[in-house]
Amino acid sequence: MQGGGGGSESGSLSTVSREDNMVVSSEDSSCPDESELELGLGLCLGGFKMHQVSRGGQFARILTAKDFPSAISASPSPSSSSSSSSSSSSSSSSLSRANVTAGTKRTADSVAAANSSSQVVGWPPIRAYRMNSMVNQAKNQTTEGFNSTMENHKSETSTVEKGTTGISSYHNSGNAKLRKSLFVKVNMDGIPIGRKVDMNAHESYEKLAKTLEDMFLKTTPNVNPAGSRALELGMMNKLTRSSKLLDGSSDFVLTYEDKEGDWMLVGDVPWKMFLCSVKRLRIMRTSEATGLAPRLHERNCQRQRSKHI
Amino acid sequence: MAYSFPDEVLEHVFSFIQSDKDRNAVSLVCKSWYEIERWCRRKVFIGNCYAVSPRMVIRRFPEVRSIKLKGKPHFADFNLVPDGWGGYVLPWIAEMAGAYPWLEEIRLKRMVVTDESLELIAKSFKNFKVLVLFSCEGFSTDGLAAIAASCKNLRELDLRESEVDDLSGHWLAHFPETCTSLVSLNISCLRSDEVSFSALERLVGRCPNLRSLRLNRAVTLDKIANILRRAPQLVDFGTGYYAAELQPDVFSNLAGAFSSCKELKSLSGFWDVVPAYLPALYSICPRLTSLNLSYATIQSPDLIKLVSHCPRLQRLLVLDYVEDSGLEELASSCKDLQELRVFPSDPFGAEPNVSLTEQGLVAVSLGCPKLRSVLYFCRRMSNAALVTIAQNRPNLTRFRLCIIEPKTPDYLTLEPLDVGFGAIVEHCKDLSRLSLSGLLTDHVFEYIGTYGKKLEMLSVAFAGDSDLGLHHVLSGCESLRKLEIRDCPFGDKALLANAAKLETMRSLWMSSCAVSFGACKLLGQKMPKLNVEVIDETEPPDSRPESCPVDKLYIYRSVAGPRFDMPPFVWTMDEAVRILH
Repeated sequence: MQGGGGGSESGSLSTVSREDNMVVSSEDSSCPDESELELGLGLCLGGFKMHQVSRGGQFARILTAKDFPSAISASPSPSSSSSSSSSSSSSSSSLSRANVTAGTKRTADSVAAANSSSQVVGWPPIRAYRMNSMVNQAKNQTTEGFNSTMENHKSETSTVEKGTTGISSYHNSGNAKLRKSLFVKVNMDGIPIGRKVDMNAHESYEKLAKTLEDMFLKTTPNVNPAGSRALELGMMNKLTRSSKLLDGSSDFVLTYEDKEGDWMLVGDVPWKMFLCSVKRLRIMRTSEATGLAPRLHERNCQRQRSKHI
Repeated sequence: MAYSFPDEVLEHVFSFIQSDKDRNAVSLVCKSWYEIERWCRRKVFIGNCYAVSPRMVIRRFPEVRSIKLKGKPHFADFNLVPDGWGGYVLPWIAEMAGAYPWLEEIRLKRMVVTDESLELIAKSFKNFKVLVLFSCEGFSTDGLAAIAASCKNLRELDLRESEVDDLSGHWLAHFPETCTSLVSLNISCLRSDEVSFSALERLVGRCPNLRSLRLNRAVTLDKIANILRRAPQLVDFGTGYYAAELQPDVFSNLAGAFSSCKELKSLSGFWDVVPAYLPALYSICPRLTSLNLSYATIQSPDLIKLVSHCPRLQRLLVLDYVEDSGLEELASSCKDLQELRVFPSDPFGAEPNVSLTEQGLVAVSLGCPKLRSVLYFCRRMSNAALVTIAQNRPNLTRFRLCIIEPKTPDYLTLEPLDVGFGAIVEHCKDLSRLSLSGLLTDHVFEYIGTYGKKLEMLSVAFAGDSDLGLHHVLSGCESLRKLEIRDCPFGDKALLANAAKLETMRSLWMSSCAVSFGACKLLGQKMPKLNVEVIDETEPPDSRPESCPVDKLYIYRSVAGPRFDMPPFVWTMDEAVRILH
């Protein structure tokens, strides 16, 4: 299997492989009008930029980078025009899960996945260190800073703007505000290895919760979006549910330690205020979280009961 | 002949032999040379920390002073290796703490280092001098504080590109006032904005031998002048932020500070550059041999101006803002250029945002006769351009081309780029490292197998048609040590047919290919000197039929047997261990 990279893609291959097809040609994905994946050796030349994603949830072919046009590009690439919007958005989401499936320095990938196009994991091959640096730069570039230099270099105004567009693709923020990175540790009950997440890479609780779910909850068997059947399940979940960590519908809740050392449920205060006081995060078992802001928890349970899952 | 030199004489002779290869050769001459050599080997390089155990190293080389270890596979740099895979240095430090009390140097790459490891280093090695953590992770500034406080003769502390839990900048204050031995300090990866600047200034001021200093982003432009004035002997300097509102007095202070550094040859850093401050560097540009502007979002005209002041430049790292025009200027100004790296400013954009094409690289290949090492990200390439580059520069030793869109063909002919890369391997007879991209069939591997006799490291992605491709490489590339492959249709046949080859290599990585679980088991069974590890984060590989391909495969030779620190998503194919599992 080619193109997808990451755990979720092997899941889709194993579905197909059970049907006794083994070796995949990397060119096969270029053959149009394939509703089933035809596995075998041999070149399939021509029209390699055209793809068709088979409709209806089941991936019958391997996704390549071409299936996921950048959100930045103005003109749609041929691959997006040939795929249905639902399958491309769900495949985008599954691939963004794939992005955070593997990796040591995942902050970069989670940022890339959270903002812009879903990309093939680890492609283009840019070191996570460089990605993180560029992300932080995009956030730190102030419009004021550029204005003052633009006064001195009027002739370069257009090129300077070009510059900002490029870097901001690392962080898809139209108005780069003066912000530094804010990495906090995240631990989840039952998982010995903690992670770190850049709070400033997320603009809302929803985005943060989604990143954390991608990082942590995929390890729980029944909420694993990255297996073959789970891939479809994950896609459906993605379309229907909001963040489980925030609405109280999962076994875990998201909590944080504030500057005074108290543990609070995430979601009570406005996002910006939260950023100022959060020191670290913990994905806590719901059973243990009863001591925290009981009213909020109750409210969440009520909301959940009335929600269609 | 009955005479032989006394051991001390041989030892003295051997002390002039520094290279590992030569030392290894010496040790094979006869038993007594093996014995003498092993007692006087001071430096050990271990390219894969799992290829051998610490005990084995200590047993053979009891008097080591300097060790270099590498951990994770290279593709870990691109997030292809999951967290928790391994590469822990603690077991090594723990063993060496007892066995090598006089250890002076530890250099690590892609390893997991904890504060506990750093604290152990700090207290175990009384004469510790050099700590280089290249692309490592798992530690915080607390661990650094321990090193700073305890290592009285510390010469080098280099954290390049590591991921550090930056708890506070105050760790710098842990360097005692008596510490004057620093020669190299690289803290450029530290992310926090609190750096104890006064501690840094004092430290720099009292270390007269400081040659290399790389600051992090917390150090603002106005502070650079202060630092430089305290260390005019610097040879290598990494700035922090190079941006501020343009103020004449700040500018002239900075320019003056730079001009007082008569030895400065290498510059890096340059996050957030305000172009107006670049002329402050002009006084040192004529001496510059290395310039890393790969984080500087400055445009081609500013880059051209700067580069045209640097005729002695040997190494340039830059973003693709340099454009073809900038590279043409580089080609005409910098005749000493040996290494060029061009990084993408907008890697995820579908459309090019800058005018950088294959033309820039062709220009540099034509104009820079000493060019040996290339890393180039671009969006289009042609066979014609590659052939031209190959013919212009047969002295290339490292050629890494990344055409951003996978499977992009020759933009002129729409053909695969087999012929172009074939020309590279054919003409560049000393090529030791190659990374491929673009549309490629099995033919390119045929060329590589035929001509790539000195090739040591090959990176392949989204290429090839069949097992034949892999077979060409494994059977033809005699010097191959590291092979990393992703998203290629290579399966069991080539791998099993060339199993013996794998024992001559350091490692093989294959992800998103077509190697079956059954083949992995077979390899693990038949090749006891190989560790065959399958990585799968979704489910155990034996929960599926044997013919199913594995997600990721990492094979490496080892005399230490299978490792026991594997996380749940890594499975060894070592039969004995698997059965016990």
